[in-house]
Amino acid sequence: MVPPPSHSPPLLDMRGIVKRFPGVLALNGVDLEVRAGEVHVLLGENGAGKSTLTKTIAGVYRPDAGDMRLDGRPVHLRSPRDAQALGISTIYQEFNLAPDMTVADNVFLGREPLRVRALGIVDRGRLIRQTRDVLATLDAQIDPETLVRHLGVAQQQTVEIAKALSLDARLIVMDEPTAALTSREIERLFDTIRHLTQRGVAIVYISHRLDEVKAIGDRATILRDGAYVATVPVASTSIDEMIRLMVGRDLKDKFPKISAAPGDEALRVERLTRKGVLHDVSFSVRRGEILGLAGLVGSRRTETARAIFGADRLDSGRIFLRGIEVNVRTPADAIDNRIALVPEDRKRHGIFPSLPVRENITLSALGQFSRRGLLDVGRERRRAQEFVSSLRVATPDLERWVVYLSGGNQQKVVIAKWLNTNAEVFLFDEPTRGIDVGGKVEVYRLMGELISRGAAIVMISSDLPEILGMSDRILVMREGRVAGAFDRRDATEETILNCALRGAAPVVPS
Amino acid sequence: MPAVIVILAVVFGSLNPNFWSGTNMANVSRQMSILALLSLGQTFAILSGGIDLSVGSLLALVSVVCAQQMLNFGLVEGITAGILAGGLAGLINGLVIAKARVPAFIATLGMLVAARGVALTLSGGLPIAGLPREFLVLGAGYLGPFPIPTMLAVAGFVLAHVILSRTRFGRYVYAMGSNEEAAVLSGINVARHKMMVYVVSGLFAGVAGVVLTARVISGQPTLGEVQELYSIAAVVIGGSRITGGVGGIGRTLMGVLVLGILGNGLNLVQVSSYVQNIVIGIIIVGAVYVDLARERRQ
Repeated sequence: MVPPPSHSPPLLDMRGIVKRFPGVLALNGVDLEVRAGEVHVLLGENGAGKSTLTKTIAGVYRPDAGDMRLDGRPVHLRSPRDAQALGISTIYQEFNLAPDMTVADNVFLGREPLRVRALGIVDRGRLIRQTRDVLATLDAQIDPETLVRHLGVAQQQTVEIAKALSLDARLIVMDEPTAALTSREIERLFDTIRHLTQRGVAIVYISHRLDEVKAIGDRATILRDGAYVATVPVASTSIDEMIRLMVGRDLKDKFPKISAAPGDEALRVERLTRKGVLHDVSFSVRRGEILGLAGLVGSRRTETARAIFGADRLDSGRIFLRGIEVNVRTPADAIDNRIALVPEDRKRHGIFPSLPVRENITLSALGQFSRRGLLDVGRERRRAQEFVSSLRVATPDLERWVVYLSGGNQQKVVIAKWLNTNAEVFLFDEPTRGIDVGGKVEVYRLMGELISRGAAIVMISSDLPEILGMSDRILVMREGRVAGAFDRRDATEETILNCALRGAAPVVPS
Repeated sequence: MPAVIVILAVVFGSLNPNFWSGTNMANVSRQMSILALLSLGQTFAILSGGIDLSVGSLLALVSVVCAQQMLNFGLVEGITAGILAGGLAGLINGLVIAKARVPAFIATLGMLVAARGVALTLSGGLPIAGLPREFLVLGAGYLGPFPIPTMLAVAGFVLAHVILSRTRFGRYVYAMGSNEEAAVLSGINVARHKMMVYVVSGLFAGVAGVVLTARVISGQPTLGEVQELYSIAAVVIGGSRITGGVGGIGRTLMGVLVLGILGNGLNLVQVSSYVQNIVIGIIIVGAVYVDLARERRQ
């Protein structure tokens, strides 16, 4: 993590980068200077331009103005291949791996060592050996012949890093690398990063998790609305200060104080069981209450929510709404019973990318807009506009395809869809994942409004501060079972983590 | 796309002024009406994220069933039986695709082959003649200056457009094509609506088959070879995305017009139909390429 002496030219020097897209100025004169061996964090709210900047570094976009220098020499990247050839690698949030090919195949994809060059016959022996070597430098226990599909997320990420190293990367861009990792895996990733930087590799690190930024970053560059704001040394800059620079205003309430007087029982589940997945999961939530569902990756919290929602089947167990037992076999049943599920992966499960904002919002409750069999588009428009305004969804108009909205705004559209169904029980699965600081606060505010109006919320989250800041009660799950329960007052990050890891904690009657 | 159509029309019209004659317009629209009807059903299938390869063979199946039942029972019964046969085939497609979860390409490919087999079996491989003369009106007759098949196609367009743009079913078709998993999690009964899509496609093929039978005033088990591919071409040239979720009836109309004007125009300037096929093949790829290029630039 020690940057080289500053009299050598920086590894990457970008000045005055401008990038325009139809209708939007994504980057407006942005500077970025990255030194060899440093972890340079890129901070900014969603839509600030981080993704555009990193794609420019990676050769995916060509800047409309500005220049880029590598080791002091000007470069013009025409494609990602040019960038790769110059030692720039990018690891995206959604990995670029072929799941049905082996680790070795993936690491050397497109650059396989050949036995007979003219015929393109691959030298599998060398392929495996070279992959093993690269993995060894990362201290990774992964078998090069495993199919990527069979690897966990953290291991897949390691394969991506191995790929970058095999390309002799001198600069690696990591986009939200810790989003899907457990704390232990995050530590290992940080070890790997330190190891890389000691060898002179520079890392451009994008993350919303400011405490991680503090742990691993050397310097941070903040962008806001496509403009360059500042570059600061991480060690001497407080998180509050970073947030202020990102947002341009002081965000005092990271977790707006929410409390509503809890009312009657809204949802109760008893002994939900599905062979091999869930085992005797029971809990209840009251109206006006937020139940935080904590646990490590693999604790089957998502599966629990999906089972309650009717998206997955149950072998046994009962579900009660307002004390009355209900039979929820399909999501349509769930909706009829006023249950909503805001899924973890909005791209795959939440949004309809090629449909406009208006249709995304109204889709789960089209009956409200149906008159004599035909849809009243005017009514839809008015209703959608209400939500767009009250949720502050940033979109030029209602007809814009949802795929073009930023992640945070897409999430708001998904939430709007469920608000439109007049749900009373909301199952939120990682509601603020991939959303910037300002956007998170709005989602929290929204959740507060929901419970003040009598809704009940079950919030699955892997972000412990979020769980502690938002929940009235906390349930910890481990490997498909309830491991423990806490009241807000009694819980700390350590106790929750302890319970999640070992399944040992006082069980507070719910 | 409308600009392209206008340009084509002007070019062909200037090369051969007969292009603009009432007779020519009537003939072309009559000929295209069958493909138009098939393309309407195909639009539903493609928008929903699937495809219907069987519609060409369904023309043959419908023709044979229609003719046989017309001889057995009567004019109206024959027509009804034909259309229902299309719907039934569509239902079978739908069950295989939605319940057995066989990919649409494979399921309708199987129906393509099997339906023609059924048509040939039922008819013994021979045409079925002797249909009542009144029936001919449906295929060859006029309503005022407009050929009846053309009017049916136009009615079909209007109906399909209303369904796709103004009904819940239509909305769900787009949703399934845009993100099927999200559709399930949004409470849509995807299985049921997928089945409905293929029934709709089958019914449009049913109507088309009956009209075609009327025009040739006989049941023909050999009808419709390759027509399913042209129906897909029309949808795709019009600009609907082959993977679903994007497009519509208006676009299919454009695609049908392009194919119709191109075919007729090239005929009038005496380009052989073999060469026409080359041109159409190039247009299919070219039109999709242009659309994708436009999308990528966004």
